[in-house]
Amino acid sequence: MSSAIDQLVSKEYQYGFSTDIAADTIPPGLNEDVVRLISAKKGEPPFLLEWRLKAFRRWQQMTEPHWSNVTYPAIDYQAVSYYSAPRTAKPLGSLDALDPKIRETYNKLGIPLNEQKLLAGVAVDAVFDSVSVGTTYKEELKKHGIIFCSFGEAVREHPDLIEKYLGSVVPYSDNFFAALNSAVFSDGSFVYIPKGVRCPMELSTYFRINAADTGQFERTLIVADEGSYVSYLEGCTAPKRSTNQLHAAVVEIVALDNATVKYSTVQNWYAGDEQGVGGIYNFVTKRGKAFTNSKISWTQVETGSAITWKYPSVILQGDNSTGEFYSVAVVNNMQQADTGTKMIHIGRNTKSNIVSKGISAGKGQNSYRGQVKVMPRAENARNYTQCDSMLIGNACGAHTFPYIEAQNNTATIEHEASTSKIGEDQIFYLKQRGMSAEQAVSMIVSGFCREVFKELPMEFALEAQQLLGITLEGSVG
Amino acid sequence: MLVITNLHANVGDKEILKGISLTVNAGEVHAIMGPNGSGKSTLAQVLAGHPGYEVTGGTVEYEGQDLLAMEPEARAHAGVFLAFQYPIEIPGVSNAYFMRTAYNEVRKARGLEEVDPMDFLDIMTEKLKLVEMDEAMLQRSVNSGFSGGEKKRNEILQMAVLEPKLAILDETDSGLDIDALRIVANGVNKLKRPDTATIVVTHYQRLLEYIVPDFVHVLAGGRIVKSGGKELALELEAKGYDWLLDEPAAVGG
Ligand SMILES: Nc1ncnc2c1ncn2[C@@H]1O[C@H](COP(=O)(O)OP(=O)(O)O)[C@@H](O)[C@H]1O
Ligand SMILES: [Mg+2]
Repeated sequence: MSSAIDQLVSKEYQYGFSTDIAADTIPPGLNEDVVRLISAKKGEPPFLLEWRLKAFRRWQQMTEPHWSNVTYPAIDYQAVSYYSAPRTAKPLGSLDALDPKIRETYNKLGIPLNEQKLLAGVAVDAVFDSVSVGTTYKEELKKHGIIFCSFGEAVREHPDLIEKYLGSVVPYSDNFFAALNSAVFSDGSFVYIPKGVRCPMELSTYFRINAADTGQFERTLIVADEGSYVSYLEGCTAPKRSTNQLHAAVVEIVALDNATVKYSTVQNWYAGDEQGVGGIYNFVTKRGKAFTNSKISWTQVETGSAITWKYPSVILQGDNSTGEFYSVAVVNNMQQADTGTKMIHIGRNTKSNIVSKGISAGKGQNSYRGQVKVMPRAENARNYTQCDSMLIGNACGAHTFPYIEAQNNTATIEHEASTSKIGEDQIFYLKQRGMSAEQAVSMIVSGFCREVFKELPMEFALEAQQLLGITLEGSVG
Repeated sequence: MLVITNLHANVGDKEILKGISLTVNAGEVHAIMGPNGSGKSTLAQVLAGHPGYEVTGGTVEYEGQDLLAMEPEARAHAGVFLAFQYPIEIPGVSNAYFMRTAYNEVRKARGLEEVDPMDFLDIMTEKLKLVEMDEAMLQRSVNSGFSGGEKKRNEILQMAVLEPKLAILDETDSGLDIDALRIVANGVNKLKRPDTATIVVTHYQRLLEYIVPDFVHVLAGGRIVKSGGKELALELEAKGYDWLLDEPAAVGG
């Protein structure tokens, strides 16, 4: 293709500032004492320390997985600091006592931690480095019996729920990064929706990495009791730094009988510069377990990170349960993404639907990796997978790795894939109608992603569309 | 309004336009006819600024400006509109959103306020009538899965929305049945004003019964080989093009 589609200059990352705040950071390095120290700092009950230690010992025997289609220099796990919390006079977690610097940080990110100013109907838990700094709308939610708080608070206030559900979907031994997270996770969000309750507002967690050379290892646990409903949003950003930072999170969702959980992510961690210097290594394990007649729906828009390695999955445990995965993954410059999903059909009449849209620009490499597994007992399981890739320019790549395994011959599995190139003719058509090249690309790409965007809550859909435009800015000349 | 002087253009190494000269004044309708492959679409695309064509010589002046130096979107802002011979599909983007964005971009470039979706809908309702199109078309993805005729009508709808000064219609009539042809031609005629001009590229005399040209030019082998009044179209209809191809190149009018 000719001149128009090869020039690459990425727009400045808008969230790349850092906040200068005194922090309680433990020195780099990882051993049992560090695990104990983290647990002690958080005042955890013995069962949790035990669990962490088991995870740590397991992790030591594991090796970092290298089956994904991404390359990066070896990570030195002893060079990372595993805990950093802003040091403030007042205890964290109370919005009234929030350090003004932190409040300012979230304002700059467009997340005012002030209930009057918040987007109506969205409750936010703000996680700053290793700790949650505040959760909004807690009282309002409490009226419905909903628990929405930091993970640390949940451990203190609701240890029974934590003990019952922690690791019930992603065991600490699940994989290398999940084991690491289980050993050193610092904070995150916890959600419990009681039986029959429809959560009256969107719940969201906003993750911010601030400190340098620290890893972020948060853990989110969502339990939707029988017949309940919740829609949960997750957003993330980090400062621009020239070193790579590790983010290894775990998200577990439990949807009990007849419950519905929608989990949406707009991931915009710092992606590194055009030469691939810096950026977040995003190694995330997200999984839900769906019981009878329940539904778990993952929607993700992945625009950031130097490396993305994540496969939000659903274990379709109960009969008639449904799993959905809607994904947009964009890579530009030197970004690499290996993302997809796993749908494990265990119950009868289980259904899964996968829509993956991969967009590659610059020298970006985008891989879809998806597993659909139908277990012997899963009569009449159905899966539909649609996997579309779009290429912008000639230096990028799109790859598709579907793994399909049906152990029950009543299963219906459909897989459709397509690859298209954003055409000079399409761009020219829109330019002829008065749009700039960037607007044209943004419009074509948004159209390509429409099936996924329509799954996002309204405000998020707009944000996602803008982010996409920013990520791809400069990808055509 | 438009002065094309000795225009040469290539695709790759192949010269397609071999010295075109043509002057179009406000209020005029020019028809460009000629055999397949003679360079009609190339001329239209070059005027609109398609990056796949390389201009190797000549000049194009549009309202006193050097048209060839302008980006395609700047040409659009300045009132140049091309109805494509093969309209492009943009899956997943609604026709309404696409046209509103185009409309607002052109307005912004002219220092006018943007129009919000509700007001735009009112504008569209009027424009749809002009080309006798259904409102349902607005919610469909741009040209995706449209029939040939629907695509052509959609082009004229866009023209109606953008109200260009210089409209270039590239074979807008091909693929239209007689009713659709009449609707499209009526639309174009209603959009004509004393300060606008139209270049109609067509194979057939048929369209010119509805959109009556002031001048007819025959393009063959990348040159304008004959120019005349509307009666030339009738002559071409009767005699075909062959008799012209041996004549020396005429200077366009
Ligand atoms: N993008 C292109 N690549 C290669 N050849 C082209 C391209 N566009 C046009 N041509 C060639 O240029 C000549 C003129 O084409 P065109 O302008 O489409 O003619 P017309 O519209 O009069 O039928 C033809 O020989 C055609 O094959
Ligand atoms: Mg043509």
